[in-house]
Amino acid sequence: MLGALTVLLVFQLIGEVIVQLAGLPIPGPVIGLLLLFLGLCVRGGLAMPLRDTANGILQHLSLLFVPAGVGVMVHFARVSGEWLPILTAVLVSTALAIAVSALVMRALMRGASDDGEEREPAGRDGA
Amino acid sequence: MTPRIADIWVYLSASPLLGLTLTLVAYQAAYWIYQRAGFNPLLNPVLLAIAMLVTALQVTGTPYATYFDGAQFVHFLLGPATVALAVPLYLQFDRLKKLALPLAGALLAGSVTAIVSAVGIAWLLGAADATLLSVAPKSVTAPIAMGIAEKIGGIPSLTAVLVIMTGVSGAMMAKYVLDALRITDHGVRGFAVGIAAHGIGTARAFQVSEQAGAFAGLGMGLNGLVTAILMPLLLTLWRLI
Repeated sequence: MLGALTVLLVFQLIGEVIVQLAGLPIPGPVIGLLLLFLGLCVRGGLAMPLRDTANGILQHLSLLFVPAGVGVMVHFARVSGEWLPILTAVLVSTALAIAVSALVMRALMRGASDDGEEREPAGRDGA
Repeated sequence: MTPRIADIWVYLSASPLLGLTLTLVAYQAAYWIYQRAGFNPLLNPVLLAIAMLVTALQVTGTPYATYFDGAQFVHFLLGPATVALAVPLYLQFDRLKKLALPLAGALLAGSVTAIVSAVGIAWLLGAADATLLSVAPKSVTAPIAMGIAEKIGGIPSLTAVLVIMTGVSGAMMAKYVLDALRITDHGVRGFAVGIAAHGIGTARAFQVSEQAGAFAGLGMGLNGLVTAILMPLLLTLWRLI
């Protein structure tokens, strides 16, 4: 657990340093994600503690967005001025983006040789 | 006794303990409700916890900065959690390799749809220019979205609000949109949610299945990269028209 947490922080740190040095417009943790992914591919395996720690954090990923979300309160006045165009744009565009992504992927998968349909035992009630 | 309670309040408000504890308590209360409701997406735990905390801060007149002094310890974990997304991604690698083309196509189509439809709808309904530029990167994870907004002349703090609204609404509506389209594959469902509703959508996907979560995390990360690259191109096109 402690070792695995250290691994995650080390990769984040490397990511942050690369972003700063190269002036990339991408957050350091995203680079850390890519590097850890490459590291796992090169190593060709995954240690149990890392798997458990990652799953533990990701099971409660929702929690981590709460502090930033409360910050909405501070900027609420900005939204309320133009609430109709903003709310409509956000809701309709998000639904469209989900639908278009899913439909395009399904259409392209019909050509690919993947037998993934229904492979995952049904989760609670779909994403 | 009242002065003593006031003293305790003054002491607690100055310490990070209160903000941190409140965040955990509110989230667990929200999660309990969500769980009791059979993980109904409309009772999204992020939304419920935010509503409880905003109410508490407003009732007690506590500024956000004071709250964040404590909540930052939770906020900080977003970094290692993002890195941790490499683990489910690695576990799904065999399937991802086979799906390279469908993933690339969905990513490009979803990314362009998210940007163009958001800006188009806000423009049709008469939003100001700064609002249009702030809503454009709304489907991307907050740090990338705020960076993009700043670069193209939007308002980063407004973008942050829109990003959270997008994530919460995406996590709430995804099940209904995908069910209506009869999309059953958890990989496809997750990837679409990750593209459209970044980390909050990904969090919801992980509550459904590890495969949905892994694909959502991938969609979130890739859409961040693609939007950062596409945005200046689309903006140039828009100005030409």
